[in-house]
Amino acid sequence: MLSRVAERIYWMGRYMERSENMARLVNVNSHLLMDLPKGIRVGWGSLIHISGTGKYFNRGDTDQADERTVVRFMLSDRDNPSSLLNTLSWARENARITREIIPMEGWELINNLYLEVKDNLSKSVARRERNRTLHTVITSIQQFTGLLAGCMSHNSAYDFIRIGRNLERADMTTRIVDAGSANLLPHLLGEEDVLEPYDNILWMSVLRSLSAYQMYRQHVQDRVNAEDVVTFLLQDALFPRAVSHSLGELESFLKKLPNSDEALRAVTGVRRRVRTANIPELLQNGLQEYIDHLQLEIADVHRQIAGTWFLPVTPLVESE
Amino acid sequence: MQIDWREYACGDFYDELISSPGNPRKAARHLANYLASLNSDELQERKLSAELAIKTMGITFTVYSDAGNIDRDWPFDIIPRVISQKEWEKTERGLIQRLTALNCFIDDIYNDRKIIKDGVFPEELLADSKNFRSECVGMKPALGVWAHVCGTDLIRDHKGQFFVLEDNLRVPSGVSYMLENRKVTKRVLPELFENHAILPVTEYPNQLFDTLAAISPRPLDFPEVVVLTPGIYNSAYFEHSYLAQQMGVELVEGCDLVVEDDTVYMRTINGLARVDVIYRRIDDLFLDPEMFNPDSVLGVPGLMRAWLKGNVALANAPGAGVADDKLVYTYVPKMIKYYLDEDPILPNVPSYLCNDKKDRDYVLANLDKLVVKPANESGGYGMLMGPQASKKEREAFAQKIKANPRNYMAQPLMALSTSPVVTSRNAEPRHIDLRPFILQGREHHVTPGGLTRVAMTKGSYVVNSSQGGGSKDTWVVVEGDK
Repeated sequence: MLSRVAERIYWMGRYMERSENMARLVNVNSHLLMDLPKGIRVGWGSLIHISGTGKYFNRGDTDQADERTVVRFMLSDRDNPSSLLNTLSWARENARITREIIPMEGWELINNLYLEVKDNLSKSVARRERNRTLHTVITSIQQFTGLLAGCMSHNSAYDFIRIGRNLERADMTTRIVDAGSANLLPHLLGEEDVLEPYDNILWMSVLRSLSAYQMYRQHVQDRVNAEDVVTFLLQDALFPRAVSHSLGELESFLKKLPNSDEALRAVTGVRRRVRTANIPELLQNGLQEYIDHLQLEIADVHRQIAGTWFLPVTPLVESE
Repeated sequence: MQIDWREYACGDFYDELISSPGNPRKAARHLANYLASLNSDELQERKLSAELAIKTMGITFTVYSDAGNIDRDWPFDIIPRVISQKEWEKTERGLIQRLTALNCFIDDIYNDRKIIKDGVFPEELLADSKNFRSECVGMKPALGVWAHVCGTDLIRDHKGQFFVLEDNLRVPSGVSYMLENRKVTKRVLPELFENHAILPVTEYPNQLFDTLAAISPRPLDFPEVVVLTPGIYNSAYFEHSYLAQQMGVELVEGCDLVVEDDTVYMRTINGLARVDVIYRRIDDLFLDPEMFNPDSVLGVPGLMRAWLKGNVALANAPGAGVADDKLVYTYVPKMIKYYLDEDPILPNVPSYLCNDKKDRDYVLANLDKLVVKPANESGGYGMLMGPQASKKEREAFAQKIKANPRNYMAQPLMALSTSPVVTSRNAEPRHIDLRPFILQGREHHVTPGGLTRVAMTKGSYVVNSSQGGGSKDTWVVVEGDK
C-alpha cells in the first residue's frame, strides 16, 4: 500500500476516534450536571483541559467559562482544531482521499455523518438537541467501526486505521484520567465534606465518559473509588479503552507490518511503563507528571510510525 | 400537476423521448407512461431522493473558480434519456471506426508521416499545433495505440442524425458520472428496470483495466496498474478516485512515484514497488518537470525517460492530444478513408477553418450565425456563441480570429436535440448532448450510451458542468417487452 495512503488512512482512524471521544466527553459532562445538586458548579472548563485545546480558547479564563460557551467551542468552533465539527471534517477529507481503499458504504457513512452534524450543530447547544446529535455521532462511529470489521479486508490499510484508532484512544484515556484526578475535582466548590458524597458520582462520570462503568462494575466489586478507577483505566488488559489494552492492540497490529522494529520498540516501552506503574503511590504524589510523561511517549510512538511508513514530506499539491 | 405528454412542447427540435406532443418514441414508451402515471408529489419526491442519494454517495465535481469550496453536488435530472439498441449499434460501429483511424493517424504522425507525404493532411497544421510533442517522434507504444481512452461528444440535429462534435483524446472525463447516474436511477426509480431491458454500463471499469493491462511492458498476469491524479483539488478527482476503486488499483499522486534507472516505482509501506502501467489524468505538460513544465509539482521527474525507454506504459500516451485539436478534427473523415478505406459512419459537424482564407472570410461575415471555438481548449472555455453574443463581443472576437487564425474554427449552431427534465411543475424539454467513451487496447469497447449532459436552463445550449450544466442517466434499450 502507498505510504501516502497509509498516512491518510491512519489519520482517518484517529479523527474518527477523536470525534467519538469529543462526543462522549460533552455528553457525559451534560449528564453529570443533572446529577449534582444546585450550588455545586461543574467545571465545563475541564473539558477544554482534557482535550488539550486551551490555547485555541479565546473567550477568557477557561475555568470561568459557562456551558454554552464551552459546548460551542467543543462542538462547532472552526478555530478549535479538535472541535467535533473539525475532527469530523478532517475524518471526511481523509476518507475522501482514501475513498478507493475503504468500502463504499464507509465513505457514505462518514460523509452523511459530517453533513448531518454540520446542519444540526448550531441547534445542539441546547441540551435536548445536543443529546440527540451526540448520540448520533457515537452510534455512527461505532457503526463505521463495525462496518470496517465486517466488510473490509483485514489488510494493511485496515491495520493502519486500527493503529490510528488505538493510539488516539490510549492518548484520550490518559487525558481523561488526568482530568479526573487533577482537574475535575477542584472545580467543585466546597469543602471536603461537601464534596465527599459526590465523589462517587464524579468517578462514575469519568468511567461513563469511556463507556467503562458497566465493565468496571463487573471487574471491580468494591464501590467506585479513585484508586480502582485509575488502575482499571490504565492497566486493565481486557477493557478496550484501557490504556494498557489499546497499546497491546497497537503492538499486535504493528507486528503485522513490514519494518516495524522501531515503532514496536517505542510502543512496548510505554506499555511496560503503564503495566508496572504503582497507582496508589502515584495517586499520593506525581500522577500528573507520570501522565504527562506517558503522553510524550505516546507522541513518540506516532513519530516512529510516521518515520517508518509515511512519505518523508507530503507537499500539498495544488492543481492547475 | 402531473406530466401530460400532450402538453409537452417539443418545438423544432428532435426530442429524444417524445416524437410529437402526446406520442412517446417506441423505445421510451414504458418510461413515458410510467412518468405520466406519477402525481406531482410522487414526481417531486423522486427528484428529492435523487438529490439526497447524490449527497450521500458524495458524487461531486469541483469548479475551478470556487476557491474554498472544494466540491459541489452533481446536478442530475431523474428522467433517463433513451436510445434504441438498433440505433446504438450503428453509432457504436462509427465510434470504433473513428478511434481506430485516429490512432493510425497519431502513430503515423510520430513515425512515417505517410498521410502528409501522400498529400492528405497538410504539414503546416502540425507545425503550430499546441498538442504536438516533438519529444514523442519515433516512439512506438504497445499495439500501436496512443489514445486508449477516448470521449467523443455527439449531438443530434433536428432530424435526429448523430454528428460528432469533438474527440477528447487527452484526459477525457465524465465516465464515473455515467456510472453513478445509473446507480442513482436504480435507487430512485427501481420500478422502471422491471419493464425495460436496459443494457448495463457496469462493465466499464473491467474493460478499462483490461485495456490498460494489455499495454504493460512486462508480460505478467497481474501488472501493476495505477491511476495518476493531480490530487484532491482537481475538478475530476472524484472520478480518479472512483475509477481506481472500481478497478482495484492504487490511486497515486506525483509524490508517490519515483524514477530510478529509467524505471517507475511507487513508494509503499514495503518500500519501492515497480509500476507497469499509468492511467494518467494529468495533462502532458505537467507529467514530467524534467522534460516539460519545470515548475510542475504534479508530475514525476524522469517519467518521460522511462516511457520512451519502454519501461512503463502511459495511457493515453503523451502526444496523443495532437489529434484532439479542432482543426485536425475536420480531417477525420479523410483519415478514415485514408487509413481504413471505409466511408465514415458518423458525420462531422460542418466546419470552417479560420486559417483557410475562403472559410475565414465566411466566418467573419457570418459571426452572428456561427459558434467559434479555439482549437485547443476544452470545457467550453474561450468560445463565442455567435447568435447569443452582443455586437461588441462579436467584434472583439473577430479581432482575435484575425490575429491568430490557426487557433480558431467555426461551426453552424446546431439545433441540439432535447429531452424532458423534471421542473418544479411538470416536464419541459432541455437541450442535451452525449459523450460515449471508447476504449482501444487489444480490442475495442464502447460504453452502451454514455454521459448525457443537459443544459439545465431553458433554451440554453451550454451543457458543461463547469458552466451550470447537469446530466441524465442514458439508456440503451432493447426494444420489445422484457
